[in-house]
Amino acid sequence: MTDLTTMYLGLRLRTPLIASASPLTGRIDTLIELVEAGASAVVLPSLFEEEVEAEAWRLHHLLDTHTDSFAEASGFFPDFDFGDSGVHGHVKLLGAAKDAVHVPVIASVNGVTPGGWTRYAETLADAGADAIELNLYAVAADAHRSGVQVEEDYLKVIELVRSRVDVPLAVKLSPFFSATAHFARRAATAGADAVVLFNRFYQPDIDLSTREVRPKIELSQPAELRLPLRWLAIIRAQLPGVGLAATTGVHSGFDAAKAILAGADAVMMASVLLRHGPRYLARIESELEAWLIQQDFQTVGQARGSVSRPGTADPTAYERANYLRTLASYPRPTR
Amino acid sequence: MDDEYALVDGNEAAARIAYALSEVVAIYPITPASPMGEFADAWSAAGRPNLWGSVPRVVEMQSEAGAAGALHGAVMSGSLGTSFTASQGLLLMLPNMFKIAGELSPAVLHVAARAVATHALSIFGDHSDVMAARATGWAMLCSGTVQEAHDFALVAHAATLRTRVPFVHFFDGFRTSHEIGRIDPLSRDDLRNLVREDDVLAHRRRRLSPDHPTLRGSAQNPDVFFQAREAANPYYEAVPTAVADVFDELASLTGRRYDLVEYAGAPDADRVVILMGSGVGAATETVEELNRIGERTGVVTLRLFRPFPAAQLVAALPSTVRRIAVLDRTKEPGSAGEPLYLDVLAALAEHGRTGIEVIGGRYGLASKEFTPPMVRGLFDELTQPLPRRHVTVGIVDDVTGTHIVPDQSFRVPTRATQAVFFGLGSDGTVGANKVGIKLIGRHTGQHVQGYFVYDSRKAGAVTVSHLRFGPDPIRSAYLVDTADFVACHQFSLLDRMKVLDVARPGATFLLNSPYPAEDTWRRLPPEVRRQIQEKGLDCHVVDAYRIAREVGLGGRINTVMQSCFFALARILPAEEVAPVLKAAVATEYAKRGEPIVERNQAAIDRALAELTPLCVPVEKEAEPGALPEPDLEPNFVRRVTRRLLAGEGDLLPVSALPVDGAFPSGTARYEKRALAQEIPIWDPSICIDCGKCAIVCPHAAIRVKVYDPSGLDGAPEGFPHKNFSGPELKGSLLTVQVAPDDCTGCGICVDVCPAISKSDSSHKSINLASALEHRDRERPAWEFFERIPEVDRAAVRSDTVKGSQLLQPLLEFSGACAGCGETPYLKLLTQLFGDRLIVANATGCSSIYGGNLPTTPWARDQAGRGPAWANSLFEDNAEFGLGLRLGYEQQVDEAHRLLAQLTPTVGADLVRAILDADQTTEAGLAAQRERVTQVRDRLAAREPGDDVQRLLELADALVRKTFWIVGGDGWAYDIGFGGLDHVLGSGRDVNLLVLDTEVYSNTGGQASKATPRGAAAKFASSGKATPKKDLGAIARAYGDVYVAQIALGANQMQTVRALREAEAWPGPSLVIAYSTCIAHGIDMATSMSHQKTAVASGYWPLYRYHPSPAEGARPFQLDAKRPTMPLVDFTRDEARFSMLERSDPDRADHLMRLAQADVDERWHYYEQLAAEERSLPTTGEP
Repeated sequence: MTDLTTMYLGLRLRTPLIASASPLTGRIDTLIELVEAGASAVVLPSLFEEEVEAEAWRLHHLLDTHTDSFAEASGFFPDFDFGDSGVHGHVKLLGAAKDAVHVPVIASVNGVTPGGWTRYAETLADAGADAIELNLYAVAADAHRSGVQVEEDYLKVIELVRSRVDVPLAVKLSPFFSATAHFARRAATAGADAVVLFNRFYQPDIDLSTREVRPKIELSQPAELRLPLRWLAIIRAQLPGVGLAATTGVHSGFDAAKAILAGADAVMMASVLLRHGPRYLARIESELEAWLIQQDFQTVGQARGSVSRPGTADPTAYERANYLRTLASYPRPTR
Repeated sequence: MDDEYALVDGNEAAARIAYALSEVVAIYPITPASPMGEFADAWSAAGRPNLWGSVPRVVEMQSEAGAAGALHGAVMSGSLGTSFTASQGLLLMLPNMFKIAGELSPAVLHVAARAVATHALSIFGDHSDVMAARATGWAMLCSGTVQEAHDFALVAHAATLRTRVPFVHFFDGFRTSHEIGRIDPLSRDDLRNLVREDDVLAHRRRRLSPDHPTLRGSAQNPDVFFQAREAANPYYEAVPTAVADVFDELASLTGRRYDLVEYAGAPDADRVVILMGSGVGAATETVEELNRIGERTGVVTLRLFRPFPAAQLVAALPSTVRRIAVLDRTKEPGSAGEPLYLDVLAALAEHGRTGIEVIGGRYGLASKEFTPPMVRGLFDELTQPLPRRHVTVGIVDDVTGTHIVPDQSFRVPTRATQAVFFGLGSDGTVGANKVGIKLIGRHTGQHVQGYFVYDSRKAGAVTVSHLRFGPDPIRSAYLVDTADFVACHQFSLLDRMKVLDVARPGATFLLNSPYPAEDTWRRLPPEVRRQIQEKGLDCHVVDAYRIAREVGLGGRINTVMQSCFFALARILPAEEVAPVLKAAVATEYAKRGEPIVERNQAAIDRALAELTPLCVPVEKEAEPGALPEPDLEPNFVRRVTRRLLAGEGDLLPVSALPVDGAFPSGTARYEKRALAQEIPIWDPSICIDCGKCAIVCPHAAIRVKVYDPSGLDGAPEGFPHKNFSGPELKGSLLTVQVAPDDCTGCGICVDVCPAISKSDSSHKSINLASALEHRDRERPAWEFFERIPEVDRAAVRSDTVKGSQLLQPLLEFSGACAGCGETPYLKLLTQLFGDRLIVANATGCSSIYGGNLPTTPWARDQAGRGPAWANSLFEDNAEFGLGLRLGYEQQVDEAHRLLAQLTPTVGADLVRAILDADQTTEAGLAAQRERVTQVRDRLAAREPGDDVQRLLELADALVRKTFWIVGGDGWAYDIGFGGLDHVLGSGRDVNLLVLDTEVYSNTGGQASKATPRGAAAKFASSGKATPKKDLGAIARAYGDVYVAQIALGANQMQTVRALREAEAWPGPSLVIAYSTCIAHGIDMATSMSHQKTAVASGYWPLYRYHPSPAEGARPFQLDAKRPTMPLVDFTRDEARFSMLERSDPDRADHLMRLAQADVDERWHYYEQLAAEERSLPTTGEP
């Protein structure tokens, strides 16, 4: 029997396989299915500060605009309690999730203002989250602000939240740092217990008929795992004390194995589960276990990081030299 | 303290008791009673129990007739039942009221008494509805204050069970139903003590049950009917005593003493006024003041009106009384006097009280003000040697001379602070004042009163809030006329309204000014400056819009202005203002989420910090001269409409008004409201002449004209135009012009404009721009544009979107909401058929924006022709429209007969040409008009005779008319469905246009049978569980009815086509038009493009069912593609769906799955229909 247990964010998990934030973790019925299928922890959908506030405002505005405007109608809608929407919805989901499943529940926050980050992180920690994941992503669109300034802002957020929140803290990064490893180290110093590589997000698309911008997001493809693999391996070697989680592009137990070999303590999945359903997680676990057995690993720990940068025969394989080789080996398009 | 009293309006005060004491509540929306039903529905949905611990069943019916039927059944089943209604609703209940009373079934109807429609509809309060129910055998109890509405609700429920006689409990619509006041709430123990369990059980025992069967509702013959009718007499005789007993018991429980008839005033009064309802307050105040200055007057308040307590009334009168004025809040034309007057006369006669002169007065019809100066005038009339027997109070009747002259100098003293606030419906002023007055009541323990007046517009409605608060109970049920505090929340209202007339000398004036304090003075209108100086007002300004915008509250300035009011009115110690207001905001907006609370709290801090005194210069402002009267306006507009617009309608004498309710059309154009902050500006360089901007405009404020280049003569500099690109009218120019003072700035035209700049995708051919910056240029442009001749109708292809938009709209500048989804359809009708259009309009939004004074948007063309419009009722519109059609058909037949008879005079060729005329085209219609002119000319040349006169009168009927029966879904799907169905089955050539907003929009968004499954609406606050009725399917079932389902925003061409086909179809046509509405909870600026999603998701399939005479034809034409997106992609953008998603996600999810199945199933069915060949062709002949 292979020992699949892993430690992530100070939490002992039955396996490294975590269901990351997706619509599936936003509903209790699918959340239960995920855990029944083997998820060792769940990350709830991110609480986006601007979304919470914009949504609250939108609803309030729509309901309020025509209230007490006409003699015949004091308003146009029944009196609803939206206290449960927005942040309260997240708190309610968190409470329900904690009641429904017995694996760690990780709450995710994406803030805009320093006040927003801390307020919502605190709220969710107080509501019983086993850990908080700070979803650090904003488009650095200001031509007057340097990468250093952007990084400083992020680090301040981590420090601020760390000072207010006692539960373990993970930071989920975008792949767009000039020096990802350096930032990961500073994030850890600022108080992050783990780094999650990487987040995916809506990107603009253009509707050619209307010439309008339409943000879109697609489910990930297994090929996208390559990027986190590289950085897992690089960071694992340099920051041995920091928790690492892989996300993006893990679509099978074999993908999970690769992430673990590169150094991940935990492996997160969303697209594959959205595509095949929550039950698919059981298959991924069997694949991972089968591979570990086949490779004669008794524990996940043995495999973890064994193909990380210092662990691999060719450390440069994770660096630029490999970039050239990969391109060169790319199959030519057939005519 | 909160537990000791409640701050509620009359509707809530009554509904709390009605709900607690009922098991079945049958409801239907009608102003001003709707909130009672809404409360009951919301409480039931939330699981609130009644007095006995069960949750009442609340059911919305299809009409008040239905509600009465359901109530009848419920009480006969042995349950406790109630309903709420007003006006026409009560009239629809009459048949069942006779039954319920005849069967001695306990029941209570709570009525917010309202005027019954006569020469016009009015939503406002009087007793004409309850007086029409006098004969039904229901007991009638009248309350006159919010507290009484609460107490008498209990008395009615208790007394009906004790006496078995059903009770109408009524109070004055709006004045009491909508007035916020402080009440001592009745406790559950109070209710238990008065509603005796034995009475409830006795009622239960009489229930209809197969376990102890009885027969009710028998048919009786002449032998016994009469005796049986008299058999109930003892029960009626017992009512006054029973009610008096309940009053006594209530007094012992609460200390509040009422009696069947109450007297107040001098014990030796010589003059007395008798009345009931909210007017008692003004009468009592007047009597107290008159007696204080040495007169001997009194007021008799009647509580129980039926059974009439004659003995008690006579006993209540001091023996010294010599003159009585009986006031009725109703009018019974042709009667010997109004009901209460006659009852008093009879009571005095029957009880031998002689030597008293009694006069009858009518007052307060449709919420006409009733004030102490008027009561004083009435008492003065009673001192005349020969007082007039019948008078009117509150108007100037210069026709029959009935009116009494109020003593305008008369004032009653008050210790209350009085405040008046002028605002717009959209700025939240009323909401803030509702919260504010409750706060004052809660934090000061003072008595409070809040009353709110709205104009009849939906976009840009002006609101005036009247607040009173003070140490004494407030009985002044009339508007504040001397204010200690005046706030103007909209700078632009200073020009339009006499805001400061109401301010007392030395009053405080708060102004929301977009200008800095130091710059505000010179920006004020001269009359305002003059009044400020003359009255020595203490003025303060705040830039509320800037603050609201900066703290993230958009255009909602309510919190800012409320904070300033609290700071200035010294209601609370200065240091408590911010904490108290912040705590209130936290409670008020807790349901809306923390960010909303925070933004409002930030607004409080900013408001208090930025409120600035206004420096008033010492040099006096000159008296402004009278404004020159516009001399181009029709007489009626100058004489009447202008006065109404100036808010001086109360001053118009009887002679100024039409005797029969017939008003000139086309008056909306005289009202320039300049509502928009931004208006659309046209860039001709990229325009593609498509007409989309014009076709979607709800207010006809964007117009397109095509004209000969010579039309540009005299154009203002830079008047924009381009070459017209159509195949017809070659060489013409085209201009798209905004009416800058009529546009509401909704932005729909910009949203739909398909012409996008190649260099900048954010720039279109129509773009919103600052109204402030563009009005000066657009005003002369619009005036010039109006003078450009209209295009020749025959020269335009009206079967295209583009062509239709070159035709003159004859529905313009209505008061409909910004972005209204209904008006574009009606406007299009007027473009296509306006000069021969007759509209029967069901009551609802369309009758309000179409026909509510002061103006009407239905307009005329250059020839003076235009839509002829009439509203009968809510429930009868289809029948009413059919009647109009039948009358017309008869006239056409008669004209044909006369033509045949007068052929020698008219000429055989002309007669033949008229009878054979093709009137299906504009050219054909024009030719027929020309022939009719010839007929007139030839007839005029002849010796006048009866036949000649008849034909001259009817000749217009020879030009084909088109009849459109128009209304909302509340009419078509619910209350008017029976008639609609019958008319569809009549085979007659009428067209029914359903403006389907999927709720009762006008009364505030209550569910109808058109409401879709899963949407939350009032009366369906937990989300509507059943699917929308497929009205089109019912109509199609007749086989000879043209049916179309359209959505202008989704497919404009299909809309144009459907309306034209419907009009051309010689039998009945039904067009169901998807009408986006503020009750959907969407961004109205994108409401038209949002309709595309409605169609693409299969939510609103477009089709036309054209019963064709051709064998093998496929009458059902689907005009939409198979759904390309799930329903949720449509519903998620609408608050009516998404609010349920947030408040009850599980139920929302369940209902949405069912709703998706509805869509799938319907599409599947329609696809099959589309493939079906008609095996039984119809000729379509009526």
